Amino acid sequence: MQPDHHEIELTVNGTRYRRTVESRLLLSDFLRHELGLAGTHVGCEHGVCGACTILLDGDPVRSCLMLAVQANGHALATVEGLAPASGELHPVQQAMHAHHGLQCGYCTPGILMTMTAYLNEHPSPSEDEVREALSGNLCRCTGYQNIVDAMMDAAARMREEAP
Amino acid sequence: MSTRFFGAPVKRNEDRKLLTGQALFIDDVELPDMLHVAFLRSQVAHARLKQIDVSRARQRPGVVAVYVAEDYGDYWQPGPLLVQPPPIPGSTFNPRTQVPLARDKVRYVGEPLAVVVAESRYLAEDALDDIDVELETLPAVVDIEQALTSSSVPVHDDLGSNVAAHVHQVKGDYRKAAANAQIILKRRFRYEHGISSPIETRGVVAHWNARGQQMTIWDTTQAPVFIRNGLAAMLGLGERQVRVIAPFVGGGFGPKIMMFYPEEVGLPWISMRLNRPVKWIEDRLEHFVATTHERGQIHDAEIALAADGRILGVKDVFLHDTGAYNTYGLTVPINSQCTLLGPYVIPAYDSTFTAVFTNLPIVTPYRGAGRQHGVFVIERLLDLAARELGIDRAEIRRRNLIPPDAFPYNNQIIFQDFAPLSYDSGNYEPVLAKALDAIGYQRFLKEEQPKFREEGRCVGIGVACYVEGTGIGPYEGAKVQVQANGKVNVATGIGTQGQGHFTSFAQIVADQLGVDPSDVDIVTGDTDQFYWGAGTFASRGAVVAGNAVSEASAAVRRKALKLAADAFECAEEDLVLADGKVSIAGIPGKFIRLGELAQRANPMRGAVRPGTEPGLESTQYFGPPSGATANGVHAAIVEIDPLTLELKVLKYVVVHDCGTVINPMILEGQIHGGVAQGIGNAFFEKLAFDDQGQLLNASLADYLLPTALDVPRMELDHTVTPSPLNPLGIKGAGEAGAIPVGAVFAQAIEDALQLTSRKVELLEIPLSPSRLFELTRQEDA
Repeated sequence: MQPDHHEIELTVNGTRYRRTVESRLLLSDFLRHELGLAGTHVGCEHGVCGACTILLDGDPVRSCLMLAVQANGHALATVEGLAPASGELHPVQQAMHAHHGLQCGYCTPGILMTMTAYLNEHPSPSEDEVREALSGNLCRCTGYQNIVDAMMDAAARMREEAP
Repeated sequence: MSTRFFGAPVKRNEDRKLLTGQALFIDDVELPDMLHVAFLRSQVAHARLKQIDVSRARQRPGVVAVYVAEDYGDYWQPGPLLVQPPPIPGSTFNPRTQVPLARDKVRYVGEPLAVVVAESRYLAEDALDDIDVELETLPAVVDIEQALTSSSVPVHDDLGSNVAAHVHQVKGDYRKAAANAQIILKRRFRYEHGISSPIETRGVVAHWNARGQQMTIWDTTQAPVFIRNGLAAMLGLGERQVRVIAPFVGGGFGPKIMMFYPEEVGLPWISMRLNRPVKWIEDRLEHFVATTHERGQIHDAEIALAADGRILGVKDVFLHDTGAYNTYGLTVPINSQCTLLGPYVIPAYDSTFTAVFTNLPIVTPYRGAGRQHGVFVIERLLDLAARELGIDRAEIRRRNLIPPDAFPYNNQIIFQDFAPLSYDSGNYEPVLAKALDAIGYQRFLKEEQPKFREEGRCVGIGVACYVEGTGIGPYEGAKVQVQANGKVNVATGIGTQGQGHFTSFAQIVADQLGVDPSDVDIVTGDTDQFYWGAGTFASRGAVVAGNAVSEASAAVRRKALKLAADAFECAEEDLVLADGKVSIAGIPGKFIRLGELAQRANPMRGAVRPGTEPGLESTQYFGPPSGATANGVHAAIVEIDPLTLELKVLKYVVVHDCGTVINPMILEGQIHGGVAQGIGNAFFEKLAFDDQGQLLNASLADYLLPTALDVPRMELDHTVTPSPLNPLGIKGAGEAGAIPVGAVFAQAIEDALQLTSRKVELLEIPLSPSRLFELTRQEDA
């Protein structure tokens, strides 16, 4: 069977892309290998580990559980777009650095995207709420404690920055 | 030399790249014209391979090549034995190593049978369905006790039995010790250990450049130098023709040091054959069977004690599941055998193990590497002994600790590094005392627990001690080089998988050379940058490579001071090396920047004095005579829901002594991560095989890793007993967090549920809620 192809158009981190893709191409593969945005990592390809989490119209989704064609017409955000253009890091990135919230760093992009979206909607979470929000992202290195501390700090930094 | 940075919680140099998505991991390697590889893996555990027909796969559009074992020709060879057995008299060792593709027989589910090369991974996986395999299925060898019976089929036909190794080590005279004992307790223990499951799976990219006659291999390995040397030999290339790069690696924990995986052997050969770059990235389902495990042991152990709780001797006979091949030698069971002795004075020890071949994936070290099996046995025996003798659990441990004046303490048997198991230094009692204090041991038992019990809550406490042999040889090296821009470059042969080497090594250099750690660039895992080394394993990176970095930067410091003294025509003692420059003491305006000295060290004109080496650089090697022994105590208070048997950790304490600390922030991170893996091991992580050798939970939805809701906040504390075996006094810390967790939890759960009064003993790991339900229901029935 000749695989079918579709033209899709979407924005990623504010840049508009138009590409022809095979219908079965995973969104994670599209981002990584077609657009060269390899910061989004793939850990399990069955939606459990959360490493491939990106934002779709502002909401966290697992890019390994979506097809590229399903992203047609949507606005995506990946880890590459998280830090502002000034070269400063986003408060969530700053806090992860300050609290040693990453070791090998492979799960980190997914955690950054999941938690950025969460903290945008929940500016003053409790530690238990942060743990709950984080529980869909697996990290094998850190034991989560420093990530939790980083997120509590990031929430404070984001509250300070908010107008 | 100042110590501004050594010992300080310096933030990590590597973070920025990782936080912004700019770090290069293996699957980020994109090369023009690259092909993609998928492996056909055996669906059955044990079978004779009658025929493989790949003709349909070869015809599929987009498929470039399909290979089976025969296609490899003379390149097809069983892999080398990685670790020879230690020279223990009377040992049996039957090495059988993995093959690049199965040829006559398949020996575990997941063993590769054929390899498809196509224009995309999608197409390569499509073509796997086109391959027709004819197998004659054999009974699967799964149970390690049954594997040793005469009725079992052999995993390796030529051996006639499934004995992979048999080793007996003795210290003192156990029989005499037992004859003098007040009590002897004997139990059977089962300890399962799972799969390391780093969030990044394995991968290999191979690129043969025919014009340049150069092979470049990106590999998620923990040991790039050995991979280079081995593959060069296999491919018939000189070592200088092969460059192996271990880029950023997304966690290793042991299994990424296994060599040579069939994919590591296959990809470079395919690239040479097709003259195109090729990539293989393991998917998660493959990872569950294609990457090595650490699995079960069964111990029949007994302990002989005096009435006051002093250990007189221990006897242990255990079986170790080594899987289908034993490429990694005896490292895991030797670690179990040695680490059982723990921090205790055990005058007599009689330990025998049999390593057993099974039709299950290969077993190699995974964080702890068999140590937790031994720790579980001795710690549980002490719990049983404490109960029998009416001695407090912590007190019986304290009475048996090796006293501080007994170091170096020689346990007489042989360790995994072939050296006698000798503890270099330690001061164990303060570690235990600190842990008991931090967990509130006495207060809990006397005040809190009775209250909990009145309220009907099941809350218990556990305390376990351990030692960890770390930082073994043979050696590592480092090249420290000041560049003309004043930045310092350091190259070392080890790989890095998140341990913070880019920072801890930079701290060592920064103090020696008077620069900021952020001005030190570390290169790890690129064989063209540093030629020699062994790898990252056995909690040895900081110990062995760290000391090499220290010696090399000290040599560069001496060179810089000499060059500056010549330039200023003054004595070296009058010079100060700080802030990236050498200045004359008391005259801060008179200075030369390090970068300028680097340029002067490579002059365009003028005579060079004999014995002078160009460049402001030095390469030094460090090899310890034997491993440095770290130690620690973990303590936990846990609550169990008596109906669901779900567990909640109310408090977790780790007190640890790993000698001198380079970066306490990184050290704490290592401990946190180790404990988290220990918790997974203690509760959730069991590789569930059926009697046909099929892994029933080969997905992250079924094989549960601990989440942020499962891992508690940990309270950490340290003591420092420097190691005399290396100039920096460092001991390793990478595995310590994971080692005693099972023992702590078994004890705490028993205590919480008051299982002693119900005559239930927890003698196995993991203890999932469902397993606890079974164990307690047996008693209720």
